[in-house]
Amino acid sequence: MSGAKALVESLEREKVEVIFGLPGGAIMPVYDVLLDSKLRHILVRHEQSAAHMADGYARASRKAGVCMATSGPGATNLITGIATAHLDSSPIVAITGQVSTSQIGLDAFQEADMIGIASPVTKYSFQPRRVEDIPVTVKKAFHIASTGRPGPVLIDLPKDVQMDSAEVEFPMKVEVRGYRTDYKPDPGKIGLAADILADSERPLILAGGGVILSNASEELQKVAETILAPVATSLMGKGSIPEDHPLSIGIIGMHGSKEANSLIYEADTLLAVGCRFSDRTTGKLDEFCPTSKVIHIDIDPSEIGKNKCVDLAIISDAKMALEALYRALTKTLTEKKDTAWSRKLKEIKETNAVKAENSGRDLTPPKILKELRRVLPPEAIVTTEVGQNQMWASLYFKVLKPRTFITSGGFGCMGYGFPASIGAKTAVPNVPVVDIAGDGSFMMTENSLATSVTENIPVTVIILNNRMLGMVAQWQRLFYNRRYSAVSLGDVPDFPKLAEAYGAEGLRIGSVEEFSRAVKESLKSEVTTVIDVPIDSEENVLPMVPAGYSLKDVIG
Amino acid sequence: MPKTFIISALVEHKPGVLYKVSNMFWRRGFNIESVAIGTAEQEDLARMTITIKGEEKDAEQLVSQLEKLIDVLKAARLDPQKAVIRELALIKLNAADPKIRSDIFHYVEVFRGRIVDVSPTSAIVEIVGSKDKIDAFINLTRDFGLMEVARTGETALIRGPESVRIDV
Ligand SMILES: Cc1ncc(C[n+]2csc(CCOP(=O)(O)OP(=O)(O)O)c2C)c(N)n1
Repeated sequence: MSGAKALVESLEREKVEVIFGLPGGAIMPVYDVLLDSKLRHILVRHEQSAAHMADGYARASRKAGVCMATSGPGATNLITGIATAHLDSSPIVAITGQVSTSQIGLDAFQEADMIGIASPVTKYSFQPRRVEDIPVTVKKAFHIASTGRPGPVLIDLPKDVQMDSAEVEFPMKVEVRGYRTDYKPDPGKIGLAADILADSERPLILAGGGVILSNASEELQKVAETILAPVATSLMGKGSIPEDHPLSIGIIGMHGSKEANSLIYEADTLLAVGCRFSDRTTGKLDEFCPTSKVIHIDIDPSEIGKNKCVDLAIISDAKMALEALYRALTKTLTEKKDTAWSRKLKEIKETNAVKAENSGRDLTPPKILKELRRVLPPEAIVTTEVGQNQMWASLYFKVLKPRTFITSGGFGCMGYGFPASIGAKTAVPNVPVVDIAGDGSFMMTENSLATSVTENIPVTVIILNNRMLGMVAQWQRLFYNRRYSAVSLGDVPDFPKLAEAYGAEGLRIGSVEEFSRAVKESLKSEVTTVIDVPIDSEENVLPMVPAGYSLKDVIG
Repeated sequence: MPKTFIISALVEHKPGVLYKVSNMFWRRGFNIESVAIGTAEQEDLARMTITIKGEEKDAEQLVSQLEKLIDVLKAARLDPQKAVIRELALIKLNAADPKIRSDIFHYVEVFRGRIVDVSPTSAIVEIVGSKDKIDAFINLTRDFGLMEVARTGETALIRGPESVRIDV
């Protein structure tokens, strides 16, 4: 069998359903085989979007997403999307064509050193040089991508290896020496953590993306309810607890909620699960919960002590650790009904809720996003672009279920949300998928409209259109004396017309009622809808903690 | 005060691994002093001995970042008190002047080195020992015609049966 056939058959054996990609010279043998395969191929208009689609697919489906590109420029175009998946620990398998082995290193046409370029932004990278190695490589790639702390894996396949033939065997199982995934919680440490938490008067939980990746939301909620701990999340952890839960206090960090950013300073114990204490989450690290005891649960040993020194580290899958912790807690503790700490939480929530009601103008992002929540069913998936739109979404759009909020947290990659929404919709076609966008970000990957229309993958794009690179403008307003440098985008394009040019639907709305109607209509539509929402270009996302400051130093 | 730590790592002996490991050093900003690498007890394994300058927690982070790399099968810190640590250096000196030539012979004896090559105008000295000993010899010869230095970097093993290895 040819190498190309071995690759495609290996993918089929991994139960891959769909590949996002775009062909070119060095991957043509594979594309030829794809014609005769059951695999669905979704043609993108830029390879960056292929990687984002695979990523969105993975986050929505719990399965690794697959993207494909040719060598050289096709492969390097994937890199931004691969790096995005890497920083958010999203499992994707990227397959790139490579020049023939005899040409490697000779600066051949469309040659790029993909192992060299991709290694720092992948969990692992392979370049099989023999047909016989392809099945085991694919098996290893999916195993590595989707187990432990997930992440992107690259398979760079030289063209001659695609064309050569050999007898191949498809392994049922593989072992990767040097790769551990069997991190189980140490019972002694779980006991210790349970004791600390049981003794604590003011415990607080910080849930990161790891809770979502390990599907540990239920366990998280049970632990929180047992010790009556408020639950803050990082941006990546958003949705790990329903945000309408009485113990949920929203996001912590640079654009964290007032509740989260203040309660963290009063907590006496912090239980951090599946999070890496990123600078956007902690603010100035030395001043991040300095007085409390910190317990850190993470599956990646290298995250322990990387950013924050902790009192107790438990290296484990989040779900297993939280399950064990819950069992240990319920042995010693009867469910708390009410504590001074939980009363305080209730109070803070009530005062902030009253304040939030009193804002005047009509088409403000908070109002739009609250209305969006009202209109969408709880299982609807929301993706975001990057900038103010993303931070407004994280502050004002309450997420009710895990894996329904998909955002580029670690890499902050503009242009992510729209292709990711198409990937998510491909994974769960019966669920409404909405991209909350900024005009600048949307323009980075707007050509995915072509893919969504031609492949019949309808999503809704809501552009919070401020005609600005809004977040940069906000920083210039607040920290650079209103000296606006290179942030004005002008009033182009006309987004509804742009959508129509691609065969999608486009509308501009002028009030919350119109918005509401437009979203409802879009959910019924068979094509993608772009809803242009003109907003004030001077609007800030508040509250905000300036970069490098402590979470106490909130503006707004 | 930054200290020097020694880390022994067992890695896959195949193309690309050295790149991936050294790329990680750079990316994570580790202050690496030296890396010595060669085939280990099995053909398909290589042992890297890494010396790093930094704080205790840097050394710990380096070990966990190394172990995170899939091509690294095992990594551990070696206690310098409980390890044999050696480096080999080849040092070429300008030895045209007979007076200098005899000085060199003298120093080589004191440092328990060996002269491994002599020409009418030069000599190559081989010294095995600790990094400090080699540094001292090089510093001493700087004034009389140090021409070229090639050092392996420190390599090390734990004394006694304890070891950094994998079971096969
Ligand atoms: C690819 C990329 N380039 C640049 C940036 C820097 N950046 C962060 S937010 C932002 C502005 C985003 O503008 P827009 O998409 O219109 O969203 P808004 O902030 O206005 O909601 C920029 C340029 C980035 N995050 N990603």
